[in-house]
Amino acid sequence: MNPAFSVIVFTTLAGAAQGLVVALALATLGGVTISAAFLAGALALAFVMLLGGLGASFLHLGRPERAWRAAMMWRTSWLSREVIVLPAFIGVVGLWWLAVRFEAGPAWRGVLLPLGAIAVAALLWYCTAMIYACLRFIEEWAHPLTLVNYTLTGLASGTVLCAAVAAWAGEGALLRVVAPAALVATGLAGVTRVLALRRNAALKPRSTLQSATGIAAPRLVQTSMGMSAGSFNTREFFHRATPLAYRQIRIGGLLLLFALPAACMLWALFASRDPAAPAPWLIAVLLQVPGLLADRWFFFAQARHPQNLYYQVVS
Amino acid sequence: MIRWLKELLASQAVADGAVGAVAEASLRTAPAAAPPSAARPAAVSVGAEAETLARQLALVIDLNVCVGCHACVTSCKEWNTAGSAGPLCDENAYDANPTGTFFNRVQTYEAGIFPGTETIHFPKSCLHCEDPPCVPVCPTGASYKRKSDGIVLVDYDKCIGCKYCAWACPYGARELDEERQVMTKCTLCVDRIHDEQMAPADRQPACVKACPTGARLFGDIKDPLSEVSIAIRERGGYALMPEWNTRPANHYLPRRPTPAVGATAPMPSERDRS
Repeated sequence: MNPAFSVIVFTTLAGAAQGLVVALALATLGGVTISAAFLAGALALAFVMLLGGLGASFLHLGRPERAWRAAMMWRTSWLSREVIVLPAFIGVVGLWWLAVRFEAGPAWRGVLLPLGAIAVAALLWYCTAMIYACLRFIEEWAHPLTLVNYTLTGLASGTVLCAAVAAWAGEGALLRVVAPAALVATGLAGVTRVLALRRNAALKPRSTLQSATGIAAPRLVQTSMGMSAGSFNTREFFHRATPLAYRQIRIGGLLLLFALPAACMLWALFASRDPAAPAPWLIAVLLQVPGLLADRWFFFAQARHPQNLYYQVVS
Repeated sequence: MIRWLKELLASQAVADGAVGAVAEASLRTAPAAAPPSAARPAAVSVGAEAETLARQLALVIDLNVCVGCHACVTSCKEWNTAGSAGPLCDENAYDANPTGTFFNRVQTYEAGIFPGTETIHFPKSCLHCEDPPCVPVCPTGASYKRKSDGIVLVDYDKCIGCKYCAWACPYGARELDEERQVMTKCTLCVDRIHDEQMAPADRQPACVKACPTGARLFGDIKDPLSEVSIAIRERGGYALMPEWNTRPANHYLPRRPTPAVGATAPMPSERDRS
């Protein structure tokens, strides 16, 4: 597939916002002392990130003015379900922010809205991942690891971001809880992502040129795709990166998203003289931003669409 | 989704051996115990929800006689750019990198090893699957399959251009119109075949009318006496990528070797195929 920048930005930005909100909600439910001003600020950050993701998703549409129609087919389409759950999640985060900001009842801001936020965040991860995992003939995606990768990558990037803002704002109690959680989430996300990448690299596609054309000859090559230049089929489904760039983005994504941030966190947790220093956490976030983009780019680029069998040779 | 998880668990259970045998046994006995109306063939497990229509229009393409002249491509483009599906835009039509929207492409393949090679011209358009994977994924309902004749269509006024249906089609049958930013695809010339104003002989897709060798047959594959049903039945008509259970309505007729009088060995092409 040719990775669409709008979809990469949307899924990574929304995923990190979901992870941030889930980290804040779990800390709130666990009774961690968080100042109301910090909680409101962190929720506002998640809210803005989600709005940014929503904006990016609009850029993917050829006809954005008709976007409202995308909520119609929730009975059959995971994309439609995501279109409903994303605004719902933005709404829950907004309500929680309001409840914290204007000091609503402790049941609302301390229990019900955090619980709701966790539930809707999980649902959103599920919908987003199922958009890809439900396409049975894109075998790189049609696997439970897609759900695991989307959820854990979001949790990892969100908890690291949460730890960074907590360290920066001097929220010691929250940092003590969220810092080890961020390290564990990053480790788990990295391991499961490597599992998925290795599985996909070893995949032998079920469709072949023989099954695509029904011509049984052992040697079968295309001599013309039927046009002298490109078409939608050649633009949308081929990433067109050189083999070297492809490998570098794969390794770069793993390093920037998982390995190097984990090293920063290990240093902050176990080697630093001042465990509350914000610098290693901010560096981890800055490393993860390009790491998220590279890893998500690779998620799309690695998927070999069966239609590509029909578009091998121009002329 | 639940079916997908079930299948996943089932495939893992089979790998486990003993557990798999139990699971398989229960699967086999379940339909037998159920009333006949509830029993469904296991082969369509992926598309069990797709209903079987009484009428399914389709093309049958004879690979014996297609000469790769692209008359069906130009005829399709001409009719549809001016018809209800149009306009089908072209970009840089007279420049170095021309591109445009087409519903039908003729591709060329080479099979076998020299000197026994065969050149096969292979027209490809939407296959109007009986279980079209592009339809349920559409978030707006713009993609749909007509119950009356089985044609898969796009409502261009509802399409938001998200391209998800194109991702969900294993055949690459859908092309986004870059100018209108909506998804387009073969309509089987739905604005010709039902047009009462036209002479009955003209109520056929433009590609079928244009083909100089008669390589394209058009009709209802659910009518056992139709030209297309007879061709599929008697000449081994096959569907593309049967591994995904999309049940394409369009079929292809395989090439038949024509043995020479007195020949002792099959033709080279036949040898390569085996």
